[in-house]
Amino acid sequence: MTLSSDRPASFVRFSTAERWVHRTLGILILILIATAALLFIPDLGGLVGNRQTVRMIHEIAGFVLLIPLLLALLSRAFRDDAGRLNRFRPTDWQWLRSRDRRSGRIPVGKFNAGQKLNAAFSLGAILVLFLTGTMMFFSSYFPDALRTGATFVHDWLSLAFIVVVVGHIYMAFNDATARLGMRTGSVPESWARREHGEWATEELGSPVVD
Amino acid sequence: MVPMSDPDTDVEPPRGTPVGRRIVLGMLGLGAVGVATGRWLSDGVTEVVASTAPGLANVLPATGGFRIYTVTSGYPEYDPATYRLAVNGLVRDELSLSLTDLAALPQTGITKDFQCVTGWRVANVPWSGVLLRDVLDAAGVEPAGAALHFTSFDGVYTESLTMEQGMAPDVLVATSMFGAPIQEKHGAPVRLYVVPMYGYKSLKWLSGIEVVRDVIPGYWEQLGYDVDAYVGASNGRSDDPVV
Repeated sequence: MTLSSDRPASFVRFSTAERWVHRTLGILILILIATAALLFIPDLGGLVGNRQTVRMIHEIAGFVLLIPLLLALLSRAFRDDAGRLNRFRPTDWQWLRSRDRRSGRIPVGKFNAGQKLNAAFSLGAILVLFLTGTMMFFSSYFPDALRTGATFVHDWLSLAFIVVVVGHIYMAFNDATARLGMRTGSVPESWARREHGEWATEELGSPVVD
Repeated sequence: MVPMSDPDTDVEPPRGTPVGRRIVLGMLGLGAVGVATGRWLSDGVTEVVASTAPGLANVLPATGGFRIYTVTSGYPEYDPATYRLAVNGLVRDELSLSLTDLAALPQTGITKDFQCVTGWRVANVPWSGVLLRDVLDAAGVEPAGAALHFTSFDGVYTESLTMEQGMAPDVLVATSMFGAPIQEKHGAPVRLYVVPMYGYKSLKWLSGIEVVRDVIPGYWEQLGYDVDAYVGASNGRSDDPVV
């Protein structure tokens, strides 16, 4: 495959199903963070009040979160990408340790090691927050010590998760092409060659040198 | 995780190691440990924060600060000049007490913990104001008055006590907290502080005390919380009592 003229200018990075999963999860997580802030920061919560309503929105969004996550498993493309995110190769650790990780010296596949860590931490955080949140919702079935324990884990992990989500948004904010990939599903070849060289080679063959 | 290994066996697994799965499982494991030990961890964090940087308690989760619950939008507004606390129902003299009137009644200070039914507790909060029984004595409770119905000027929040509970020397019509006038978010200008009971009994933005025959369950009680809300002996909880 060296016929550069046959190649489309851009090619598929994310399937429609993946993008919808990302979009719905993102919206739900933003709702959860906003309602959490209202429930948690006295001066903010005071502006809106209606604690019962805010709490109900938080609970509903938390339970609904499971739907896109489970539906995602039906998507072949999602499962493939989840597999790629899961697996670390020695080059991933090198990439993380290196100072020139953006230079392209160390080959990067469809996802770089930072994206893999973000995905794993986010999934772990969502699951733990979901489980502890469920314990808080059904708190009358648990003894005090476990209720307090669940609240403790939920509070602190949500703080850590918010930091990671903000980081995720910040990284996206700095890369318009990456955002384009998530919005439209496709990315230009030049971007893929630069940021995810190994994946580009896998999909399109070796770069053509004119 | 997997070392780069020696040259002879340098056959990296083609798909790499499942680090993502390990992270997720590790977090689930840590989460479970956290749930099991969180009560002690949370006490530890509270103590450390209280002794090193008390200001953090207002920002960090579960570090000894108050959490603010309101049942309506925002904090209800009032004018200190026109604020009145109505005392009526089965009383000899109906009262309408201004902040000045309240300040003229005998003042009592109480420093005790504030325990919320959702689990958080703020230790040693200094409160002051007028004992509820001093207010009731000023109005003169009629023999048929066996219960108290409290209303808030937020228009929604209500609370209840039996006359016996209300006459105890540890129920305060509080006007000050931490040595300063009560803040809006804590129920300014006047709120209840019912020492031995969970926080929801300590109604905020107090504007009415009605002496009635029977207990009328309050806002939270209608939502399922216990009417007799003694700390550690109600709502299925076993916190240390506040005495």
